[in-house]
Amino acid sequence: MRKLLVTGAIAAASLVTAAVAIAAGTTAHPPHKHWHFQGPFGTYDRAAAQRGYQVYQEVCAACHSLSLLAYRNLMELGLTENQVKDLIKDIQVPDLNDDGQPIERPARPSDRFKKPFPNEAAAAAANNGKAPPDLSVIIKARENGPDYVHGLLTGYVPFDKLTPEQIKEFAVTKDDNFNKYFPGHKIAMAPPLTDDKVTYVDGTKATTDQEASDVVEFLAWASEPHMEDRKRTGVRVVLFLLAMAGLMYAVKRSVWSDKH
Amino acid sequence: MASSHGTPPVFNNKVIAWIDHRLPVFSYLEKEYHTFPTPRNFNYFWNFGAIATVMLVLMIATGVVLATNYTPHVLMAFDSVERIDRDVPQGWLIRDLHMNGASFFFIAVYIHIFRGMYYGSYKAPRELLWILGVIIFLLMMATAFMGYVLPWGQMSFWGATVITNLFSAIPVVGESITTWLWGGFAIDNPTLNRFYALHYLLPFIIVAVVALHVIALHVHGSNNPLGIDPRGPQDTVPFHPYYTMKDGFGVVVFLIIYAGVTFFAPDYMGHPDNYIPANPLVTPEHIVPEWYFLPFYAILRAIPDKLGGVLAMFGAIGVLFVLPWLDTSRVRSATFRPIYKWFMLVLVIDVIVLGFCGANPPAGFWIPLSQLATVYYFFHFLILLPILGKIERPLPLPPSIADAVLKKKAA
Repeated sequence: MRKLLVTGAIAAASLVTAAVAIAAGTTAHPPHKHWHFQGPFGTYDRAAAQRGYQVYQEVCAACHSLSLLAYRNLMELGLTENQVKDLIKDIQVPDLNDDGQPIERPARPSDRFKKPFPNEAAAAAANNGKAPPDLSVIIKARENGPDYVHGLLTGYVPFDKLTPEQIKEFAVTKDDNFNKYFPGHKIAMAPPLTDDKVTYVDGTKATTDQEASDVVEFLAWASEPHMEDRKRTGVRVVLFLLAMAGLMYAVKRSVWSDKH
Repeated sequence: MASSHGTPPVFNNKVIAWIDHRLPVFSYLEKEYHTFPTPRNFNYFWNFGAIATVMLVLMIATGVVLATNYTPHVLMAFDSVERIDRDVPQGWLIRDLHMNGASFFFIAVYIHIFRGMYYGSYKAPRELLWILGVIIFLLMMATAFMGYVLPWGQMSFWGATVITNLFSAIPVVGESITTWLWGGFAIDNPTLNRFYALHYLLPFIIVAVVALHVIALHVHGSNNPLGIDPRGPQDTVPFHPYYTMKDGFGVVVFLIIYAGVTFFAPDYMGHPDNYIPANPLVTPEHIVPEWYFLPFYAILRAIPDKLGGVLAMFGAIGVLFVLPWLDTSRVRSATFRPIYKWFMLVLVIDVIVLGFCGANPPAGFWIPLSQLATVYYFFHFLILLPILGKIERPLPLPPSIADAVLKKKAA
């Protein structure tokens, strides 16, 4: 047994050494924020996520699709069906009429979120050749997703605040958008959020940081709508297995009692 | 040992007796899983065969359910996996269990392999048992690799690109083989379709090889931490209830850790890039395989020559096939091999170091480190083991298992 412990200690030591070496190699980590949905019992902050939907709808949706979600999914954020219908009453979505002719009609809760561009080529053409990424799973698709997206939305540095070294090193011009946390720093997206970019219906003061945090809460929910269910199930499963393990151990001890 | 046990069982239940008279499944179970004489001195390392079996069954069960909801088409695969996650009732649960189950299957199998190496379980008369195990390991790697391609994310696509391109290193016919594997001139829908078909097929071949593995195991019975053969009934206990209970307990403890990760950090062992839909025009900054392939990936990249790297990578598994003959020591258990014991631990560290090398971009000190670790890996098997068996003086072996167990208890 002691040998096993020694092995474990050596393995752990080598892991730590390697991990430190890895950490030293990277730069510009977005600051860590505490999110309501983190931790084994964390849940989505419904109010923040609803505000985040407002930010997405009024700001992000102009360029970014959210193709994996339907408007009905918003009911999982605590909205009633009528509230959802009210939220989407002005949205027109493309469809075909009975004669097979393309038409626009008012969105229904069963519709997927409307895409800002009819197709990827159109999205790319309208955005200097590269389509803005879909945001459905963006939080899961980036390392430390919540911190990264929040950092990105709040990490713009105006050209006149850049040091001459930064301008030289990254070849920044007046027309570029410089972002502290974007790999390579030059990002096609202009700063999307400013103070009071939206007027929250619940009266929350819309600072840039508040807007960014809220939209991250919303997008985190969008990437994993069943997270709360997962954690709740997990607590039950682990508790059951712990009890089961205790029982198994007791039976095992009693079975083996004549052999030890 | 196994051939010497007991008279045929008598069944009181008439239906069971009737069936058993015609198809002796109950006699078989009785003989192989009830009265089967098993060394009495297993430690918890001996749980991992049972744990791996449970994981295999769990992977097949969740996999079949996933297959009923998955669409193997390049334009729909990514969204169909997300649909399983979002819209299929309890789909997220099945997917998270399957996705993390692969990792935990490998964890169990890696510990199982370590157990076999540390206690010399591959030595006579268990060489074929060991070789069947290495075949299972290879089949698992193929299955896991193709399974990772199915969600058709960026790492799926580029991982498949890297691995299938390895075959182009083969002289003369390499390019043709790659085209044949892809079913076209690039990785596309035919590739995804055949990977899906094979990903569904291979687990059942694994089941068949596991059956052979178990049959081979039951010829001479299990090895044990002392590495000496049982000499009589005082050295063994019936498999049931002694080891069914001990394995059952070990399985549940393993499942606790598995459930902990699956329910509270399901994406911890995955790569964020695989939540970006596959895009043949955009190469990810670092292409990395799943963690369980990292040591072999490091060996592949450690050799500056493509064909050499491929040969080294396959050679790293190839040496395992001939391990029973590379190790010249007649003592099985490392407990009685004072030098081998430490080199075994160095090998474990070496493989972990290779894992980190595989996870990092091949630049800076990672290149010489991965080369050093690769050289050491082969040094261990090809040079150290043959020599060590000749020069090492093993400690005296105990006269019997019962003797050692009772002495330990008295101490």
